[in-house]
Amino acid sequence: MTTPAAPATGSDAQPSALELERRRYRRGRAVRSAGISAVSTLLLVGVVVALVVTSPGWPRVRDTFLDWDKAVESFPAVVDGLWLNIRVMLACGVVIAVLGLTLAVMRTVRGPVAFPLRLFATAYVDLFRGLPLLLVIFVLGFGAPALRLSGLPSSALFWGACALVLSYSAYVAEVFRAGIESVHPSQRAAARSLGLSYGQTMRHVVLPQAVRRVVPPLMNDLVSLQKDSGLIAVLGVIDAIRAAQIETALDFNFTPYVVAGALFVCLTIPMARLTDHVARRQGFHGAGGML
Amino acid sequence: MSEVLRLEGVRKSFGENEVLRGLDLSVHEGQVVVLIGASGSGKSTLLRCVNLLEVVDDGRITLDGEDVTDPRVDADAVRARTGVVFQAYNLFPHLSVLDNITLAPIRVHKVAKAEARERAMAMLERVGLPEKASARPDDLSGGQQQRVAIARALVNQPRLMLLDEVTSALDPELVGEVLDLLRELKDEGMTMVLNTHEMGFARQVADTVCFLHGGVVHEQGPPEQVLGDPREERTRRFLARMHA
Repeated sequence: MTTPAAPATGSDAQPSALELERRRYRRGRAVRSAGISAVSTLLLVGVVVALVVTSPGWPRVRDTFLDWDKAVESFPAVVDGLWLNIRVMLACGVVIAVLGLTLAVMRTVRGPVAFPLRLFATAYVDLFRGLPLLLVIFVLGFGAPALRLSGLPSSALFWGACALVLSYSAYVAEVFRAGIESVHPSQRAAARSLGLSYGQTMRHVVLPQAVRRVVPPLMNDLVSLQKDSGLIAVLGVIDAIRAAQIETALDFNFTPYVVAGALFVCLTIPMARLTDHVARRQGFHGAGGML
Repeated sequence: MSEVLRLEGVRKSFGENEVLRGLDLSVHEGQVVVLIGASGSGKSTLLRCVNLLEVVDDGRITLDGEDVTDPRVDADAVRARTGVVFQAYNLFPHLSVLDNITLAPIRVHKVAKAEARERAMAMLERVGLPEKASARPDDLSGGQQQRVAIARALVNQPRLMLLDEVTSALDPELVGEVLDLLRELKDEGMTMVLNTHEMGFARQVADTVCFLHGGVVHEQGPPEQVLGDPREERTRRFLARMHA
């Protein structure tokens, strides 16, 4: 919270006694609220920490999950895995954006001629939004390579990424569609009355406005994708989580999982702040980021 | 003078609501036709039908002798020949003022970018806003936005301008500016069909005033006659309410 700035007054204007009294009161309230929230936060954290630390199993848990030496030892392997997660996220993110936008445009095309397009896009979204992501990963990751199609890679990484793309495009398509439908019809009317075709209206008038509006929810999906990229570990790809699992299997010390978790959080926090920043710049005040 | 626009028996309904019931209208080159009538009398619907934003239920609309209600005509090509200005301006908020104006010349009329910008600047000069070329529409006042919207329509050198309540959202002192601009256009021979609730405006700028009632042109004639000494009882009652 920022305190409201003092109103810009003329050089010779002095605040009245009334205004000075009001400012004193507001300052007093602000100090009081800050104090209360600081104390309550400290109390709550203290209670939770005390509860955990005094629990009978704490020494054991500390040694298995929070072993500093083990953390340092496993760090390089986990970071190596994380680099894969990042690459998967970036590559999939681009493909998902293109596919999602295509599906959204297909779903919003009007006229009877475009019925097959609408039908396909609707069926696609219904199917892949309904299927659990893990299931898609299993089916594609183990099923597709078994087909032994020539010309297509059979690596688990490729098919795992495909599963992510298929599933996420369905969600992203719906976000784009919401954006497209939020552009007021008068904008289309203005564009069409200038002689722009349906496609030109979409390309130059509707989509630029729609995409801008849905950037915050899309960033949200990107953060989500970043974490879900870890699910392809079930196919045996060595990402951060799989690397942590391997490290853990050496001595049944679970600290590498904590390391992986901490790294994922470190990645998502900047993304989340960026999302907030983008949202605020577009005027969605109070959309998040405020405590 | 040749006939630019002709409407014959045009019908248009929205669900149960029959807005136009066999409307006839003729507009000649260089003529300014002002449509008046109560809210819901079909003034805006008429303009939207002419610009093919609405499909007529029956009747015929011809633009320069071409039947534009024929489903085989290229609607985009027809729209490219008419300029429309809306009550709410409908500028594109994501584009600068200059880009709003150059969009159609570049994309529809395939004018080279540099030339389109030149024409757009000339048009902005003309509506008195050359310093706003790089501004966003949201940073302009209503009057400025409407002048940009007029420039955006004019830059395509339309055969016919359709203006839908273009001054109703403006502050009184800005109405004059827009009015002056429209009068200049008229002097240059631009053919215009516009609708308005402002009788003073209609009186000043119109060659012909059409009073719409019951989905048809109930009475039409020169502004002095229709507005000053209406023949029809309905017209008289409408004008009495407007002046009350």
